[in-house]
Amino acid sequence: MSNVATQVIDHFVSQVGAQAATWLQSCVHCGECAEACHFYEVTKDPRYTPAWKLEPFARAYRARKAPFAGVRRALGLAKEPDEAELNEWQELIYDSCTMCGRCTMVCPMGIDIASLVGLARKSMAANGIGPEDLFAVAEKSREVGSPLGVTPEKMEERIDWLSDEHEVDIPLNKEKAEVLLTISSIETMKYPQSIVAMAQVLNHAGIDWTFSTKGYEATNFGVLSGKADVAKVMIERIVAAAESVGAKTVIIPECGHAYGALRWTGAMMLGRPLPFEVFHITEYLAMLKRDGKLKLKPMDDAITYHDPCQISRRGGATEAAREVLDGFATGFREMSPTGNANWCCGGGGGVAAIQRATPLRLKVFEIKMKQVEDSGADIMVSACANCRQTLDGGKEHYKWDREIGSLVEIVADHLVKA
Amino acid sequence: MSFLEFTEGPLWYVALVVFSVGVAWNIIGILAMRVRGDSAVPRKSPVAGGIKAIFLHMAPHGGFFSRTAYHVIVGYLFHLGLFALLLFGSFHVAFIKEWTGLSWTPLPRWGFIIASEVAFAGLILMWIRRWTDPITRQISDRDDHIGTGLTMLAMLTGCFALGEASDGLRAVHMLSVELLMLYFPFSRLMHAFTFIFSRYFMGAAYGKRGYVP
Repeated sequence: MSNVATQVIDHFVSQVGAQAATWLQSCVHCGECAEACHFYEVTKDPRYTPAWKLEPFARAYRARKAPFAGVRRALGLAKEPDEAELNEWQELIYDSCTMCGRCTMVCPMGIDIASLVGLARKSMAANGIGPEDLFAVAEKSREVGSPLGVTPEKMEERIDWLSDEHEVDIPLNKEKAEVLLTISSIETMKYPQSIVAMAQVLNHAGIDWTFSTKGYEATNFGVLSGKADVAKVMIERIVAAAESVGAKTVIIPECGHAYGALRWTGAMMLGRPLPFEVFHITEYLAMLKRDGKLKLKPMDDAITYHDPCQISRRGGATEAAREVLDGFATGFREMSPTGNANWCCGGGGGVAAIQRATPLRLKVFEIKMKQVEDSGADIMVSACANCRQTLDGGKEHYKWDREIGSLVEIVADHLVKA
Repeated sequence: MSFLEFTEGPLWYVALVVFSVGVAWNIIGILAMRVRGDSAVPRKSPVAGGIKAIFLHMAPHGGFFSRTAYHVIVGYLFHLGLFALLLFGSFHVAFIKEWTGLSWTPLPRWGFIIASEVAFAGLILMWIRRWTDPITRQISDRDDHIGTGLTMLAMLTGCFALGEASDGLRAVHMLSVELLMLYFPFSRLMHAFTFIFSRYFMGAAYGKRGYVP
């Protein structure tokens, strides 16, 4: 076996703790997880069965770390994956898994397959096995502060431009602020209106907030690519920025995995508790609404909401968006399935950044089109720029006639001006 | 020493020790591994989430029943039938009493027959699916088939021994059960014990976030 394969396996088994061990050992190969996977749903290819995606890693665990691993090795029953197999498995670990966690819902054993895929990615990434384009954007994040090249200087320029263009106050590098707002570079480059919308809402509610060039990028391609060192750097930058302005609250913008990365794994990566509270923008909007700080004009368009997996199912903030929409969006209707069981957009988990995965990703959009059409909605909003970008890609490809938008933007558009 | 005496004597002891020590070694071995620390501020109780997951995953939820009905139904048929046979078959009740002194009311003969049929139907239908469904065919391996085969063999020889027509049939049943016990700790059959930890750990991790999938 090649040195690289050995290193991947060594790395993988070194990460396996009690939780991962029970998950790796409890799979009974019932295959129900396929029924929850959007990649299987649109292809009916059994290779996309989530349990199968972990097969070489489960084998490596049985050979190296599981109880009786020595017995298996002695009897020649433990065939470890080689480098060729691991390379072949890139497609299953990276291109066709968005780590959406839907398969866990249906698993009789309750196996957290998404987390195991995350461990597998870390081991592959640490040894250079994985999609080059995804790795490149992760490295770019480390080098310049953002996966899309939004340097601190460019951030300042964009904020200046948006502030002038839209005549909105967008504080940057305030010395002190209660709230630090972060961005997703997808918004900066593709959906800048979202940044304006967030600023309008926070100003409307009278919040003491700022952006900081010390740490502004919430998108964490370190987490998505499995590059743990990059993931940590991205978290450290936000923490440093929040500490420098004395922020007690950090708001994650419309980005699903950024929320999971900071809110649920940030402290672990940092090695200490986060010195602030973390809210996704939908949670923060819901809080403002609850506190009577969000005055909205009614909106009667037929709209529906696409749940970003890392905010709803894997983030636990499913109800926040609905709380915001409740009473204000009178034409709101749920798609089916919805909420925690909603289908993924197909571009999460870094898949949107993997060029070769485009045909598969576009195929997944067929599910979303049907969900929206069945709901009768004309507009689908989401609270994740990555989902939005993926969905927009699908819309363009299929020349779909429905609108795709952002929750924070429709809220900003319906603010009652003082 | 007769074949029956061998299977009820030395071989039984060996199987019992391998099974008990093997299962314990497995569970202790897993739980002794590092548990990842998580200092994220919880939204809800991880312990409550873990306990919820143990029960939640006993049945399909989240709208998946129609997609998983076959597996759920045949899975329950097999497991319920097997537990009824194992714990309430009159021969098993007598066997357990002989070894532990504990006893309870066994199933009547007709009840045993029904339980057997239910268990067989469930196991056969599951095994057919494992061979015929493209998904399970893709993901199944030698261990899945050996585990199923040994379980089937133990049930089948149990039926043959039901009439107590000969010592030979009883000995064959003992032998097949012992083979299953010897194989159990090294196989995926361990899910009978690990499922509770698997569900708990997942439920605790997600429950902390506020939703148990």
